[in-house]
Amino acid sequence: MFKVNGTEHSLDGIDPATPLLWVLRDTLGLVGAKYGCGIAQCGACTVQLNGVPIRACSTPISAIDGQSITTIEGLAAPDGKLHALQQAWIDYDVAQCGYCQAGQLMSAAALLKDKPAPTDADIDQAMAGHICRCGTYTRIRQAIYAAAKGGVA
Amino acid sequence: MTFSADAYFAEVMGEFEASPRASAIHFSRRSILKLSGAAGAGLILAFTLGPVTEAAAAAMSAKDFAPNAFLRVSPDGSILIYAHRPEIGQGIKTAVPLIVAEEMDAAWADVKVEQAPINTALYGRQSAGGSTSIPTSWDQLRQAGAAARSMLITAAAKKWGVPVSECTTADSAVAHAASKRQLRYGELALAAAALPVPDVKTLTLKTRAQYRLLGNRFTGVDNLKVVTGQPLFGIDQAMPGMLYAVYEKCPAVGGKVISANLDHIKTLPGVKDAFILEGNGVTSDVMPGVAIVADSTWNAFKAKAALQVNWDESKASKDSWTKLQAEAKKIAKQAGAENITKSGDVDAALKGAAKTLEAFYSYPFVPHATLEPQNTTAWFKGDSIELWAPTQTPERAITQVAKLLNLPENRVTLNQTRAGGGFGRRLVNDPCCEAAVIAQRVNAPVKLTWTREDDMRHDFYRPGGFHQFTAGLDAAGKLVGWKVHFITFSSDGKTPVAGGNIPAAEFPLPLVAHGELTQSMLPLMTPCGAWRAPRSNAIAFATQSFIHELAVAAGRDHLEFLLEILGEPRHIPPATSAALNTGRAAAVIKLAAEKAGWGKPLPQGHGLGLAFYFSHAGHFAEVAEVSVDAQKRVTIHNVVMAGDIGPIINMSGAENQCQGGIIDGLSTMMNLQVGIENGRVIEGNFTEYPILRINKAPPKIEVHFIQSDNTPTGVGEPALPPVAPAIANAIFAASGIRVRSLPLRNEGLTV
Ligand code: FES
Ligand code: FES
Repeated sequence: MFKVNGTEHSLDGIDPATPLLWVLRDTLGLVGAKYGCGIAQCGACTVQLNGVPIRACSTPISAIDGQSITTIEGLAAPDGKLHALQQAWIDYDVAQCGYCQAGQLMSAAALLKDKPAPTDADIDQAMAGHICRCGTYTRIRQAIYAAAKGGVA
Repeated sequence: MTFSADAYFAEVMGEFEASPRASAIHFSRRSILKLSGAAGAGLILAFTLGPVTEAAAAAMSAKDFAPNAFLRVSPDGSILIYAHRPEIGQGIKTAVPLIVAEEMDAAWADVKVEQAPINTALYGRQSAGGSTSIPTSWDQLRQAGAAARSMLITAAAKKWGVPVSECTTADSAVAHAASKRQLRYGELALAAAALPVPDVKTLTLKTRAQYRLLGNRFTGVDNLKVVTGQPLFGIDQAMPGMLYAVYEKCPAVGGKVISANLDHIKTLPGVKDAFILEGNGVTSDVMPGVAIVADSTWNAFKAKAALQVNWDESKASKDSWTKLQAEAKKIAKQAGAENITKSGDVDAALKGAAKTLEAFYSYPFVPHATLEPQNTTAWFKGDSIELWAPTQTPERAITQVAKLLNLPENRVTLNQTRAGGGFGRRLVNDPCCEAAVIAQRVNAPVKLTWTREDDMRHDFYRPGGFHQFTAGLDAAGKLVGWKVHFITFSSDGKTPVAGGNIPAAEFPLPLVAHGELTQSMLPLMTPCGAWRAPRSNAIAFATQSFIHELAVAAGRDHLEFLLEILGEPRHIPPATSAALNTGRAAAVIKLAAEKAGWGKPLPQGHGLGLAFYFSHAGHFAEVAEVSVDAQKRVTIHNVVMAGDIGPIINMSGAENQCQGGIIDGLSTMMNLQVGIENGRVIEGNFTEYPILRINKAPPKIEVHFIQSDNTPTGVGEPALPPVAPAIANAIFAASGIRVRSLPLRNEGLTV
């Protein structure tokens, strides 16, 4: 049993070695977390495990038994109000292709929870696990600062 | 035997290059048509976005015409505009509707955008590449908007019984100031729909000063979906009963399957089927390999890892990058086998020069590495097939699949999805073709997903290349002769590989009195292709670095030396807005230099580097400020860019493209390459292919535009080429280290 965005799911019938990413994408139909490398190098698959960013491509489903996962689909409030970072990502038009951004947002959200007023070095550290092939780093930084200033719900 | 995709690329890129960038398209009245939709549907205008073809005219006048290419003003006030080109991260889905909305004076908040179906009869070319999407559609889009505006304003004037000339439009409404009356477009939609479509010749388009939307900042129309993780991309497609496929090809291109452990593979968990495909032996279609179909991506990936294939490599590539580099070095100082261009008497000029300089530049092969790996979902239904593909060339995919499956083209439906990066990779539809052929064997929808390793090792690479330069300076330090031997590759011994050619008008050849460009081609089987700003992305590094070397040798300021080469403001033939204009070039160079503080005192160990490049009809100059420490660690403090691409459509999108292009160029020059040995690409994943991350990205990238009334040209590519030479020149200025070979990490420099 494990929870995704508050909903319980059973692990029955799933090979315990299956990476969380493919359970989310192929079994649960939550495709926000992306496949980019499969070896914890690009961050496209990032979700939160009890609030901590993890690489879903390299986390076997067995490791999350009894635990709680938040994906990009669950980042906004239940009433649909966007997370301050999601709003900042829109306001600053961060995305180019957008493929990396769900992962980027999940790490950024964990960062702001930890450090509501991050420094450049904090951002570097929290976000360096992500590759943006389109090179949107300047705006990612801007948007994180903007969301931090605006206060995170 | 050749299985090269070079001919395919020649066609695709030729098409882009032939695309009219200036207003060369002639319109007929039929380029805009009114559609009588269901009663009460409002004003629906259809328009073709390509040159008006017979087919388009026929499609539009057919009675049962489904209103595809249109903008629709609904009675409820919403305005729907279809975006007709693939969105690959270049922002086209936002830019195209903005142009229509501007001319019709729509409020942007009222506009909804949808991806158009693939139908070239209606939309003209629907490919995205060569930074041509905007320039080729600029006039039609504006006219469509203006026609809608004209009908709406006429409808209002009629209603009020006042002359049209007394009415104005703004924010989706017509106003009559004298009587203080106003009607929303939605309220006018039905009345406007009853009016005839104006002849496009009678429409007056706005001048730049009248723009309300264009040039401002707009967030991408799909951004809400992006930040909430909605299924937008090819890889996100899912449907009931869908199966998951992988495809294993020979690591050396051209290898064929002798046998594979299929019996074992079929016993693995979740595997539904495994089979050998012979393919048609063309890299842009389907190469031989083994397909595995399973009940999940993970089971397919696992089975692929257990797959053992016995390859017949007798006709496969044996390419070796090490050997090719050695060969190029050996022949560099000879004249090239082939003469590309010659002006004046370069040998005499060099002999008479006060100073001559020689240098050898090289750069490696690089893959595209789009973050979304190649994929396509296909559903074969016996006499038809439906595909969901993140392609840059949807119409070609339809043609290719129809041919491969022996189906009429109208039995192939392609659903264009958003693409997680393009950079030229998705101009080729090999994943689409593979998925189609696999689907033919599977009685269900099937999603083919390439692993990252497949993606990196089965690409159409930016070819490596070599430039041997010799140039002469007179006693005053003026450039008097320029000679290049360009060494590239060929798959057929006759023409250079895709993305590996050099134009006769390559900078600065048209600007020097005595110049020569010769070329040699080394045999190559590794597939090559178009990579963001094809050929320019690499040539710029060699050329613009060597120009700096000359300025240094002449003891002159680089800025002044470069401007002297450009000379008087003039068009280099052909004299269209798509050709190099030395005046526009000088203007961006001066602006970048000024904004970067060229000549200012710098902190100890810092250096400024400048470079200019003209590509894809865009004039771009960049100045980088870097420092280099004793461990040869490079820090990029700032990059300042100035570009001229005519008027800016969406300032936010344009800046994003430029900043992204600059980071892409920096990432590639510092760290990126693939090696090739025994026909195999060595690197497979991001551990070996270290794309730049946020902690190494420049904290500041300043983007400046010179806006003009020239036809707007694309911005996805031209910001990239000047980055590498600007940074290389800055490294020299900061440290005295001259880099002539990419990536810099091979030279011990790290970022
Ligand atoms: S897919 Fe998980 S880190 Fe790249
Ligand atoms: S926006 Fe394309 S990979 Fe980040």
